[in-house]
Amino acid sequence: MPKALRGVLIPLTVLLLLLLINVIKDVDFLDISNVNGALYGNIPNILFGATELVIITIGMTLVTSASGGQDISVGVVATITSAVFIQALAAFGPVSWLSVAGALVVSCAVGALLGLFNGTLVAIFRIQPMVATLILFTAGRSIAFLIDGKVSPNLKNAVTTQIGGVIPGVPIQTPIILTVVVIAVFAVLFKLTNLRLYTQTVGINEKAARLNGIDPVKVKLLVFVILGICCAVAGFISVCKNERHDSVNLLKLIEMDAILAVALGGNALIGGKFNLPGAIIGAYTIEVLNRTLLRFGISPDAIKAVKAAFIIFLMIVSSPVVMSLLDKARGKIAGRLEKSASDKYGGPKTEGA
Amino acid sequence: MQEGTVLEMRGICKAFPGVRALHNVDFTLRAGEVHALMGENGAGKSTLIKVLTAVYTKDAGEIRVAGAPVHFKSPQEAQDGGVGTVYQEVTLCPNITVAENLFIGRGKSPFIKWKGMNAGAKAILDSLGIPAMPGQQLSSCSLAVQQMIAIARAVDMDCKILVLDEPTSSLDEDEVKKLFSLMRDLKARGVAILFVTHFLDQVYEVSDRITVLRGGELVGEYVAKDLPQYELVSKMMGKALEDIDEIKNTQAAMESGEEYLFEAEGLASSAGISPFDFHIRKGEVNGFTGLLGSGRSESVRAIFAADKVTGGAVKVKGKRVKIDKPIKAMKQGIGYLPEDRKADGIIADLSVRDNIILALQVMKGFLRPFSKAEAQAFADEYIAALNIKTASADTPVGSLSGGNQQKVILARWLLTHPDYLILDEPTRGIDIGTKVEIQKLVLRLASEGMGVTFISSEIEEMLRTCSRLIVMKDRHIVGELAGEQLTQDDVMRTIAKGGRADA
Amino acid sequence: MTKLKENRVPLSNANLLFIIAAVILLVMYLFAIALFPESFTQPQTFFDLFNNNAALIILACGMSVVMIGGGIDISVGGVCGLVTMSCAVFLQSAGADVGRSVLLALAIGLAFGALQGFLIAYLEIQPFIITLAGMFLANGVMTIVNSTPIRVELPAFVALFETKLKIAWLGTVNRHGMFIPCKISISMLIAVGVIVAVALLLKWSRFGRNLYAVGGNAQSALMLGINVKRTRFLSYLLCGLLSGIAGYAFLLTTAAGNVGNASGFEMKAIAASIIGGTMLTGGVGNILGSPIGALSLLTINEIIRAAGIDSNIQTIISGFLLCFFIVLQSVIIWLRDRSGGFKLQRPPWLKASLRTRDGEAP
Repeated sequence: MPKALRGVLIPLTVLLLLLLINVIKDVDFLDISNVNGALYGNIPNILFGATELVIITIGMTLVTSASGGQDISVGVVATITSAVFIQALAAFGPVSWLSVAGALVVSCAVGALLGLFNGTLVAIFRIQPMVATLILFTAGRSIAFLIDGKVSPNLKNAVTTQIGGVIPGVPIQTPIILTVVVIAVFAVLFKLTNLRLYTQTVGINEKAARLNGIDPVKVKLLVFVILGICCAVAGFISVCKNERHDSVNLLKLIEMDAILAVALGGNALIGGKFNLPGAIIGAYTIEVLNRTLLRFGISPDAIKAVKAAFIIFLMIVSSPVVMSLLDKARGKIAGRLEKSASDKYGGPKTEGA
Repeated sequence: MQEGTVLEMRGICKAFPGVRALHNVDFTLRAGEVHALMGENGAGKSTLIKVLTAVYTKDAGEIRVAGAPVHFKSPQEAQDGGVGTVYQEVTLCPNITVAENLFIGRGKSPFIKWKGMNAGAKAILDSLGIPAMPGQQLSSCSLAVQQMIAIARAVDMDCKILVLDEPTSSLDEDEVKKLFSLMRDLKARGVAILFVTHFLDQVYEVSDRITVLRGGELVGEYVAKDLPQYELVSKMMGKALEDIDEIKNTQAAMESGEEYLFEAEGLASSAGISPFDFHIRKGEVNGFTGLLGSGRSESVRAIFAADKVTGGAVKVKGKRVKIDKPIKAMKQGIGYLPEDRKADGIIADLSVRDNIILALQVMKGFLRPFSKAEAQAFADEYIAALNIKTASADTPVGSLSGGNQQKVILARWLLTHPDYLILDEPTRGIDIGTKVEIQKLVLRLASEGMGVTFISSEIEEMLRTCSRLIVMKDRHIVGELAGEQLTQDDVMRTIAKGGRADA
Repeated sequence: MTKLKENRVPLSNANLLFIIAAVILLVMYLFAIALFPESFTQPQTFFDLFNNNAALIILACGMSVVMIGGGIDISVGGVCGLVTMSCAVFLQSAGADVGRSVLLALAIGLAFGALQGFLIAYLEIQPFIITLAGMFLANGVMTIVNSTPIRVELPAFVALFETKLKIAWLGTVNRHGMFIPCKISISMLIAVGVIVAVALLLKWSRFGRNLYAVGGNAQSALMLGINVKRTRFLSYLLCGLLSGIAGYAFLLTTAAGNVGNASGFEMKAIAASIIGGTMLTGGVGNILGSPIGALSLLTINEIIRAAGIDSNIQTIISGFLLCFFIVLQSVIIWLRDRSGGFKLQRPPWLKASLRTRDGEAP
């Protein structure tokens, strides 16, 4: 297991540190209470609150890996797809589990289409992902507003309330279960397809990928479509939680959190090899960070600034210049250690493999 | 010091980790001469130039410009010290004007005086007879004119020594002629020109002297008109090391009778080779030979559709097929080990295992991944079979040595059990032991019925392994050798004599 | 040597894109006049586009500067909003004066420009991610400074706010037969000044020409002896400064600080730059294109507003336009790569045409 642990070391450390800070501030932090047969408390709330972020982060990780850029339209895509979801649900007549599922499928299809739009700009027209996704980022919320019919429709019914909250008799809040389901779906996807191999190969060396028979364009389109579907699912869960579709504020700024989670999880933002467990833990870490800052009395708006400072710090530490400086320093220290070791033991000593 | 010597390099040594790039190389350049620096891949030409222009720092040796020792610390300093360099890729900015490209980055004034600059540019362009206007955007000039402007910039910066690093490789014949007349013009003004190229005819057209490097060592300096082309080729290729092994292809007999594995007719690609015909039989090892830049790599890339195929028809085992992208070639049982291992071959951050199974996995399909156990078994099998030295199958392939990386890519293609395997420079930059292993492997594969096309910069290697050689020069096929004719002598004669069919 | 004729110079990408932008603006404005003659034939309508959107036009200039250098700056809107809010709060505090508020605006802009420029140029971090973080930072700081709407009532500032220049010879006659001259606000003057200054800077200064070279090919620029890092740094610094000026211009048009100030302006500025002919890939662009791009966007918005259509359509159409121009650029680059690539052998017909361009053939 140590190898698997190494990949998630940084986000896990930050996560545990944040939890520790919370526990120090408030000893009851880890308490879990049972209300009407369901579990509540800080930990379940974190898991509950991070649902959308985790799901979008998964897709963002794949897009980052294959395209070497990030999609900043994720929150907007989720807003559009959830608007479509509500309209579809209304069109399907009386609300039932079946009609909700049907509307979800429709919204996922729309998400896939929007992903395909972004993917086409990136893969075929070779536009930097962030610029390509800027288009939807700009226009998307207005589109959602028009789909809504210029109001913020409510979503109050037995089924979606249960999806956004608790299903009677189940002790765990439904979004938490859905997060697990989505992660499981991806685990199966990785098992049954070569998604991981193809995505990483394209991200690491596009030319070599082509010479080995992989079509980089198709792979990039695919990851953007997957991200689009992830956004649709996240948007669906979000409207179910909020019981209302607010095109202006739904999942606002989640693109920032998702990019941060991907980076925190040890993924290079310029693409290549990816670490999905790291990114998922990174997403939970961001959620805990948000909540911790709130608990410490920092206003929701100021949190933005703190997170921005955090991301700048993260980028500085991982920047090529600082990295090479660190490498040099490490080399110097290692050299000195080696020297002192050889002085002590009378022979050169190399570090263990 | 000889009369008129402007540059002397003495005892230059340069080593990179694991490679001795230059060893005790001397080079002398005289005022008003065009001096060609020749050598095959890995001979050390570009290293020597980069030492001169201070892109690399030398390990040992001395450089004197006009008699005085110099120690340039950056290309900029070399430039200021009178050594102007024009690289193969035009290093000007395409989006600004010709005049700006001549003067940008020079001078101290914070403002631009357009009038004065354009007038100055016009004077330079006119004096060198370069057909461009000062106010024209550089990208609207042809490549040759762009090269000339780069040269004009260097000349205008008072360079006594002009280094031209393969300036002709992306030019067509007319453009080359224009460039040469400019070079002669500069020569007449006393500029010393160091000229690197792969095209033999061009060397004789403009050069006064030729210095040949091989394997990082100096072979000699010659007066161009006293050195026949044939001798130049032989000096560049050299006598190989006295045989390391008694490898010899005895399969020449296979040639007749066996079925064609692959046939091409009039194959052409976007890489700019002239259309060519080609075929290979079952159990045959053949090779494309020719100097670097002759089009040998581009030819095999066309077969595998690694470059965009622009014409021609191909048959695999007698059946007409359409190969327009690598996956289709792979599905037809063709494997291709690319020339540039780092850029086209390895997926550096992925494990040895993933790198080995990659091609077979892609052929099997996106929806049918190998189980971890299967992949591990494949990897273990080939790590053992090819004696790949790696800590484990999980090690990222980028951390392996060059030879082992090459074996991983070889394993990748062997795993697909191709009928026809193309190996472009499989032995470049790897140790001698691995080279021999790879050659032996090639012959064994052929004896098992595989067709192999083999390319190497080392002619000995090709003579040992191939039963038929296709000789290329200047992007054309100029001859085909087999059987008795397979000697170094014949290859060189063919290259030296070979003219263009259309010339 | 063959005598070359000046008219042989082929149209550069920058000029081609600029002309497209200008034509689009013209067509759009004529279209607007055709649809709503009574409003769009008045010169004041045109001036109001400028008066009310000076901040955006200035931001588009700054965006063009960094884009010509091969970068991008997402933080311009955020910084602009932050400056507006900060200056508004400052002007409402005791002992404030207009002069120091201007200094505050410039200082905030320069600070953001310097920080981002340093990180991007000297630490080689991707500009998009740094300036995205910069945008959120500016947004966050703005809400920390003040999150409630605030009106500036300082008399000196209000006087400045209400100052309008009248153009005596241009105007319209109203229903009562009275001549109403066109009015120009201070912010419009600032915008025009900025456009002229930046255009001169890019055309006549060493920094300006170096910027084009760096954006065109940073590697080559380095080989040509240009200090690439410093040039990049200065481009972000200039963009930051312009964001500060834009923030003040925004305050001069609204005289109020609001959390929603300049929100979404980064996208509009990028769109304006791109429509105005600045290439995302760097090295190609014309500063005069940015106001043209901005005015094109604003004209569409005016048409939509005059037609009484939902304002959401405005954003959608802006997005659509942005998409169209990005794809157009991509196609132009693709065509250029295809014909001018170093590795490709050119077809005979193209060779012939190139030779003609060199001025030798016929």
